[in-house]
Amino acid sequence: MLHTLSIGELGRELTSGRTSSVELTRHFLGRIERLNPALNALITLTAELALAQAEAADARRAAGESGPLLGIPLIHKDIFCTDGVRTSCGSRMLDNFVAPYDATVVARLKAAGAVMLAKANMDEFAMGSSNETSYYGPVRNPWDTTKVPGGSSGGSAAATAARLTPFATGTDTGGSIRQPAALTGVTGVKPTYGRVSRYGLVAFASSLDQAGVFARSAADAAIVLEAMAGFDPRDSTSIDAPVPNYPAALGAPLKGLKIGLLREFFDGLEARNTALIHDALKVYRDLGAETVDVSLPHLPLSVPTYYVVAPAECSSNLSRFDGVRFGYRCENPTDLLDLYKRSRGEGFGAEVKRRIMTGTYVLSAGYFDAYYLKAQKVRRLITDDFRAAFEKVDLVIGPTTPTPAFSIGAKIDDPVTMYLNDIYTIGANLAGLPGISMPCGFIDELPMGLQLIGPHFSEIKLLNAADGFQRATDWHHRSPRGYE
Amino acid sequence: MSLTRLDVEKIAHLARLSITDEEMPVYVTSLSSIVDFVDELSRVQTGAVLPMAHPLDGQHQRLRADAVTEIDAHEKYQANAPAVQAGLYVVPRVIE
Repeated sequence: MLHTLSIGELGRELTSGRTSSVELTRHFLGRIERLNPALNALITLTAELALAQAEAADARRAAGESGPLLGIPLIHKDIFCTDGVRTSCGSRMLDNFVAPYDATVVARLKAAGAVMLAKANMDEFAMGSSNETSYYGPVRNPWDTTKVPGGSSGGSAAATAARLTPFATGTDTGGSIRQPAALTGVTGVKPTYGRVSRYGLVAFASSLDQAGVFARSAADAAIVLEAMAGFDPRDSTSIDAPVPNYPAALGAPLKGLKIGLLREFFDGLEARNTALIHDALKVYRDLGAETVDVSLPHLPLSVPTYYVVAPAECSSNLSRFDGVRFGYRCENPTDLLDLYKRSRGEGFGAEVKRRIMTGTYVLSAGYFDAYYLKAQKVRRLITDDFRAAFEKVDLVIGPTTPTPAFSIGAKIDDPVTMYLNDIYTIGANLAGLPGISMPCGFIDELPMGLQLIGPHFSEIKLLNAADGFQRATDWHHRSPRGYE
Repeated sequence: MSLTRLDVEKIAHLARLSITDEEMPVYVTSLSSIVDFVDELSRVQTGAVLPMAHPLDGQHQRLRADAVTEIDAHEKYQANAPAVQAGLYVVPRVIE
């Protein structure tokens, strides 16, 4: 079945002529038509565009071109600007916004020949951990449609898990790739800050946002990451460093790999979650890795630190949505102030308004030092803790989430309860570190994720460690019932 | 250290957000709980630690030559505007 093949296997089917990109695209569009209504994973379907791109990819191949992503379908999180296609960020504010340019991530994958099937549903402006804040309704977890898929990249995660696409793009500001990857049983990669361009990625928190990938294996993610990553002069925080050949680096033995058991991750962790991580550690030890206890004493402060820094940055970034040049405008504004207030008040959902106001408060006169400056100092303490740990170990390991997927509606009324879902992922964003989540088992028949975090620009080590685990286990091959 | 309704009204004004009377109590409660949650940071000893604005040390703002590289494509960009006239964005009168 075409949707059970890896990106590498699909490439071989295409190269051999056993299938074409058009046939592959039709196959996934068919699955989307049948299976997406129960999931609500997508906001905009781009079927005609996809078929045109697929024909173009087939023509390129006929003309002698090749490449691992040539003709391979994908889904983009609806936060990436896609030229000529609606880019809504899951918000009423941009419901009518047709992007006039491609994000660099989109352009790079397009140049590699990938075919865009659709734009994925997401928490509004990437703010959320459950994909319940979207203007377009919640996304449902294919493993149990009464449960959330996680967020904010819930649509990308659900679509990948349901095999509606071989891979999907996402963004991770506080865990928004890793957490939904864990809750939907797929592999999610957040690269080092600055590794992948943010040009055309609608900004939430500029010092934290990073684009990444969902796939069903680390090996597939490595192929996609190689195409996405690289210096971009249009992103002033983009790092000018060569992109390694990630796929070629996989398969290196894990003997001697030092994995840090992060004490603060295991304090108070539920017994079944702890057991899954320990099972995974046994796999790593059998592969020759060593485990070392490490402690990051300031890590428990990462959630409050994030919920000062991220809202502060978002309040600045979202000030551009003012009803003047693009996006939602209220009806019959009486004056400019009314135009701003009602366009924003009506265009944004509750969580977005909460975060903008939190940010406005912590940046306001009299509070800036106590909150924002203080949080920036704690951010450095957390980053220094990681740096010290990486002097002793190559990678750090732990759970991705405290629990499996929770029920839709269970946590949406209390923001702080929702925020604590990011407790294991946020530290990596604050320190700008790369992280990966991969399936490692089940609790109550729902998938759970294992997280690896590495030092800056250690994607090779991370992908190799994840791939090594996946060669020795089969959690990543499991599929939700009905989506096999 | 909870917020009052007046606090939230001031913040909403600064953020240029309209909040209805029905919505106000929910925002007062949730914003207060968020502020209480992040107040934990005030108890952390940070001493002489330098604030960290972004995660990669040594990054600085790149500069480029002062040369024109963008072309005028305002019609394309203004296609998304709520109201445009003669290439200008139309808004309620600002200056009397």
